[in-house]
Amino acid sequence: MQTTFPQLLLDHAAQRPNDAAMREKEYGIWQAITWGELANMVAHLACGLHQAGLRQHDHMVVIGANRPRLYATMLAVQSLGAVPIALYQDAAAMECVFPLNNADVCFAFAEDQEQVDKLLEIRDQCPQITNIYFDDPRGLRNYDEPGLQSLDDLIAEGKNFAVQNPGFFKSAVDQVKPDDVGAMFFTSGTTGNPKGVVHTHDTLLNRARAGAEFDNLTHAEDVLAYLPPAWIGQNIFSYAQWLSCGYVVNCPESAATVTIDLKEIGPTYYFAPPRVFEGLLTSVMIRMEDAGSLKRKMFHYFMSVAKRVGPTLMDGKSVGLVDRVLYAMGNFMVYGPLRNNLGFSRVRVAYTAGEAIGPDLFSFYRSIGVNLKQLYGSTETAVFVCLQPDHEARADTVGVPCKGVEIKVADNGEILVKSPGLLKGYFKNPEATAEVLTADGWYHTSDAGFLDAHGHLKIIDRVKDVGRIKGGVNDGAMFAPKYVENKLKFFQHIKEVVAYGDGREKVCVMINIDFDAVGNWAERRNLPYAGYTDLAQKPEVYQLIKECVEKVNADLSVDTLLAGSQVSRFLVLHKELDADDGELTRTNKVRRGFIAEKYDVLIDALYGGKTSQFIETQVKFEDGRTGSVSATLRIDDTKTFTPVKAAA
Amino acid sequence: MATKQIGDVILDVKNISLSFGGVKALTDISFDVREHEVRAIIGPNGAGKSSMLNCVNGVYRPQQGAITFKGQTFSHMDSHQVATMGIGRTFQNLALFKGMSVIDNIMTGRNLRIKSNLFLQALRIGPAQREEEQHREFVEHIIDFLEIQAHRKTPVGQLPYGLQKRVDLGRALAMEPQLLLLDEPMAGMNVEEKQDMSRFVLDVNEEFGTTIVLIEHDMGVVMDISDRVVVLDYGKKIGDGTPEEVRNNEEVISAYLGTGH
Repeated sequence: MQTTFPQLLLDHAAQRPNDAAMREKEYGIWQAITWGELANMVAHLACGLHQAGLRQHDHMVVIGANRPRLYATMLAVQSLGAVPIALYQDAAAMECVFPLNNADVCFAFAEDQEQVDKLLEIRDQCPQITNIYFDDPRGLRNYDEPGLQSLDDLIAEGKNFAVQNPGFFKSAVDQVKPDDVGAMFFTSGTTGNPKGVVHTHDTLLNRARAGAEFDNLTHAEDVLAYLPPAWIGQNIFSYAQWLSCGYVVNCPESAATVTIDLKEIGPTYYFAPPRVFEGLLTSVMIRMEDAGSLKRKMFHYFMSVAKRVGPTLMDGKSVGLVDRVLYAMGNFMVYGPLRNNLGFSRVRVAYTAGEAIGPDLFSFYRSIGVNLKQLYGSTETAVFVCLQPDHEARADTVGVPCKGVEIKVADNGEILVKSPGLLKGYFKNPEATAEVLTADGWYHTSDAGFLDAHGHLKIIDRVKDVGRIKGGVNDGAMFAPKYVENKLKFFQHIKEVVAYGDGREKVCVMINIDFDAVGNWAERRNLPYAGYTDLAQKPEVYQLIKECVEKVNADLSVDTLLAGSQVSRFLVLHKELDADDGELTRTNKVRRGFIAEKYDVLIDALYGGKTSQFIETQVKFEDGRTGSVSATLRIDDTKTFTPVKAAA
Repeated sequence: MATKQIGDVILDVKNISLSFGGVKALTDISFDVREHEVRAIIGPNGAGKSSMLNCVNGVYRPQQGAITFKGQTFSHMDSHQVATMGIGRTFQNLALFKGMSVIDNIMTGRNLRIKSNLFLQALRIGPAQREEEQHREFVEHIIDFLEIQAHRKTPVGQLPYGLQKRVDLGRALAMEPQLLLLDEPMAGMNVEEKQDMSRFVLDVNEEFGTTIVLIEHDMGVVMDISDRVVVLDYGKKIGDGTPEEVRNNEEVISAYLGTGH
C-alpha cells in the first residue's frame, strides 16, 4: 500500500485519464484539467527540470497561490526524487533568505512578478539560486536576469526532451521510493530561525489515507484550495489527500474571490481555521440585522429552534416529533438557504483546527446542519493525530486518536504521540530533532492535555505555561492560563484576558472589554460613556463582566483537573492591550510576563486585597507620538464554586 | 530595464489655440506623441490640460491649429470619428453607468466593435450570440488584467472610488485603443491605489503597446512613469522634454513653486 506522490498521479492518469483532476477559475469560467493532461504536464516539467540540472535529493522552492501549475511543479520535482519546499507567498523577501540558504535551494518556481521580484531582491544573499521559473509572465517581459525563464518555455523544452527520451519520465518515477524525502515544510517558529520539517512520501500519504478512511472520502469530493500551499494543512487537504483519493481540487480565481468561488463550487470537504468561520458568521449576522422585520423574526425564531435541536440531531440522537417538524420547516426556510449562501450546502465534512474555537461559534454551524468537527495535529505529525468522529463533535475536545496513532500523557502533562506520520527530523538541526523526537519514537508535542472519559483528547495549554497554585485552599492544583483566558474570550463582550495564578494562592485576571460590543450594549441600555476608559470602569460593565467570569467559574468547577483554576478576583483594564506597546505579540497573543512587570501595581492590588488602584500608563500612538492614560481601576471579587468532584 | 521600442510620431498637435469668449484656454500649443510612449501633460490648476485633451478627442473645437493622427490631418476632431480611429479615454470625474455591473460597463466599450444588427442582438440569436460571447471573452481578459474578478457583477456605484477608476480604464481598454487618453487617473487616490494604478498604466503600455497620454497632478507619479512631459501654464506651453529636463526647467519650477519678488 506504500506508494509515492508521482506514482499516484500515474495511477489516476492510467485509470481515468479524462476525469477532472483540478479546476481553476479563469476569465470567469471554471476550467478543468484532467488527470491525463496533468500527467503530461508533469512529465514535461520533470524532463525540463532534469535537463536544467535538477537532480535527486536537490531542493526546489515553490512560491505562489494555489494554481494547477504550482502543484504540477511540485509533482515534477518529486518525480525526479528531488524535494519541493513551498514558501509562504506573503512572506517578506528577507524571511525567505533563511529557508533558501538552509536548504541549499538552487531552483525556484515563482507564481508571478511579485514573487520573482522577491527572489531577485535577495539574490545577493542567496547566490546559489541558479534557475527561477515564473508561471504568469505579466510585467516580466523586459526582465533580463540570468536563469530567469518562463514555465511555458520550460515545458516546451521538456517536451522536446521527452520526445527524444521517451522512457525517461517513467523510469524516474519508478526510482522514487516511499521512504525517500517527499517534502519539507518550514515552521514559522516564534523564536529563532524557522526549522525545516522533513517528511517522506510515506509519512504524508499514510496520514492522508488515515484521514480519508476516517471520513470515508472518495474521488467524488470537491475541495476548494485557498489556504497557503506552504502550510502543511493545505498540503494534506489539497495535495496528499487529493492524490490519495483522486478527488477534484478547485483553485479560486484570486484571494479576493474566495467567498464567491466557495459558493459556486459548494465543496463537500472543507477546512478552515476558526477565524474564517467567525468571519462568515459575522457577515451573516450583519446582513440579517439589515433584513426586513418579518425575515429577521423568522430567522431568530428558527435559529433558536436550531440551537435547541440541531446539535442533538447532528450527534445522531433522536428528538421529539414537534421539534423534528419545526427543524424541518426551519431547514426549508432558513438553514438550507443559509448554508447555500455560505457555500456549505454540499459540505459533508468540515474541519477546524489551529486554535480553540468558541462553543457558540462551533454549535452555530452544527445547529444549521454543517458537519463541523475538530482535529488535532501539527506540521511535525503530518496533521492527523486526533479527529472527531461524526456525531461526537464537541467544542472543548479535539477527537479520538486516528488509525496508527498512539497517545501517551507524560508526567508533566505533555502529550506524546507515536504515529507513522511523524517527521523524519528537522533539516540540518539534530539538536532540535533530539528535543522533540526521543529515541523510543515518541514525538513531544509541547501541548499539555489529557484523554477524557470518552477517549477524546482535550488540549489545555502549552506545557511551559501550565503552572500550579501554591498555598490557599487549592494548593497544588493545576493552573492553565490560556485555557482560562480562552474560556473568557469566548464571551463577545471580552476581547482580551491575562490570567495569573502560577505559584500564587489564587487566580486573578485582567480583562479588556470589547469596545464595539460593550459600547453597543451600553447604548442599547441608555448608558452614557465618554470613551474607552470611562466605559471600562462603569459599575454596570463590571457587573456584566462579573457574570461572564462566574459562568466560567461554574464551568471550571465541574472540570476534574482545572477546578482549582477558578478566578477569584478580576479588574477591567483602562486601555486596550496593544502590540505597539509590547503587551501583545504581533500575532496578538498576550505577553503575560511583560504585562505583569508593566502593571506590577495592579498585580499587587489584585493579590493584596485592595478594592481599587490608581494607575497611569504610557501609550504609543500609531504615528509614533506618546501619551498617557490614567484611571482608578476597580477590583471585584467573584464567586467561586466548590469543585464538583471534591464535593461528590 | 525597459526595452520597449518607441516608434514614429502617431499624434501631432500643431499650433492649437482655443478660447471661450474672451478667455484664452490654450494659446498656440504644439507637441507630438510617439507610438508606444507614455506622454504626460502637467501644469497647475486651470493651465488648460483637460482642454487640450478635449481638443484631441473632439469635445472642443479649437479656433486655430491642426491635429494629425496616424498621418491624417484635421482642423478639428469629431468625437465619433476619434473613437473609430482608435483613440480611447478615461474621465476625470468618472462617466460610468453607476447602476450597471462592472461587466456591462466594460462591455459598453466594445460597442463600436459589435457587427451584428440591433434586431439579432435583441433576440440574442445566431451570429449575435456568438459575437457576444467573443466580446465577453475579451472583456474577461480585461477584468483579469485589472484584477477586478471579485467585482464582476457588482453595480459600479457600490464600488470604492479607486476601483471605479479601474473600471473606467477597463472600459477604455475594451475598445482596443491605439492611443489612450487618461484624464487624471490618480486623482483622489491614496498612495497604495496610486501605486496600483501606475502599475496598470505601465502594464497597458508594455503588454499591449498602447500609446498613452495622461494628465496628472502628482509629480512623483508623472516623473516615474512618463517617457516625455509637456508642461502647460495659463494655456501656454512652458516646457517639453524628458522628466529630467522638465524637472530642471526654470520656468517650470517657477510655475509650480512661484517666483521670488
